[in-house]
Amino acid sequence: MWYYEKKLQYPVKVRDCNPRLAKYLIEQYGGADGELAAALRYLNQRYTIPDKVVGLLNDIGTEEFAHLEMIATMVYKLTKDATPEQLKEAGLGAHYANHDRALFYQNAAGDPFTATYIQAKGDPIADLYEDIAAEEKARATYQWIINMSDDPELNDSLKFLREREVIHSLRFREAVEILKDERDRKKIF
Amino acid sequence: MFSQFKYWEPYISPFDPCPPIRVKSYSTPPNLYINFQPPGMPQFKTPKQALLHGTLWPDLYSPYPNPAKRGDQLE
Ligand SMILES: [Fe+2]
Repeated sequence: MWYYEKKLQYPVKVRDCNPRLAKYLIEQYGGADGELAAALRYLNQRYTIPDKVVGLLNDIGTEEFAHLEMIATMVYKLTKDATPEQLKEAGLGAHYANHDRALFYQNAAGDPFTATYIQAKGDPIADLYEDIAAEEKARATYQWIINMSDDPELNDSLKFLREREVIHSLRFREAVEILKDERDRKKIF
Repeated sequence: MFSQFKYWEPYISPFDPCPPIRVKSYSTPPNLYINFQPPGMPQFKTPKQALLHGTLWPDLYSPYPNPAKRGDQLE
């Protein structure tokens, strides 16, 4: 179970009214390499992975939900007071027709989230390598969004999120090292 | 030399409905331990051996299923 703390992991400030940026940010909300996919992937892998790395998946999976909240806050702030006309100009006309200003788990192109974004192979090495790749892809996505954003305060939060992907990637590579370790070679039948 | 399989003991609850599998294993193939293949690694004696193993180099061969296990055991 979880305890909830009613604050963000890192503050989110948005300077400019820029609904177009929300359209790009939604990639990290419901896209293939986004925070929802990350959280669901890690928390699901916890059950069948060797016990030595369960705690790591639990911690990182939980943190991804904290990141999801930050992205949601950004998207919400960028769109909550935009007029339908502004949303149309920002390329969000189709979104408004379907969802009003509600958030939706989709990528920047409007494709809805799907469980096929995440894998659970059961083989611990294969699963951890997928996790490492996912972190690097999320880091890259943050880079491309930062490149398109000229809001210094929003970029400050995005840089924080990008750095967390760097750390998570290292932690997953450490997990592979733990599972490679020869201390577990002896047969304990 | 590294081992090709690792073993671990999952937590067993007193309330598990099925008889527990006490030891589980996973494959740790050679590619995990070699970052860049060094030159001059020994090769199989015959082309046919290499063909049947899928690689020229015995050190890169990953056996599966686990040869240390009997055929009637779960992998
Ligand atoms: Fe992450």
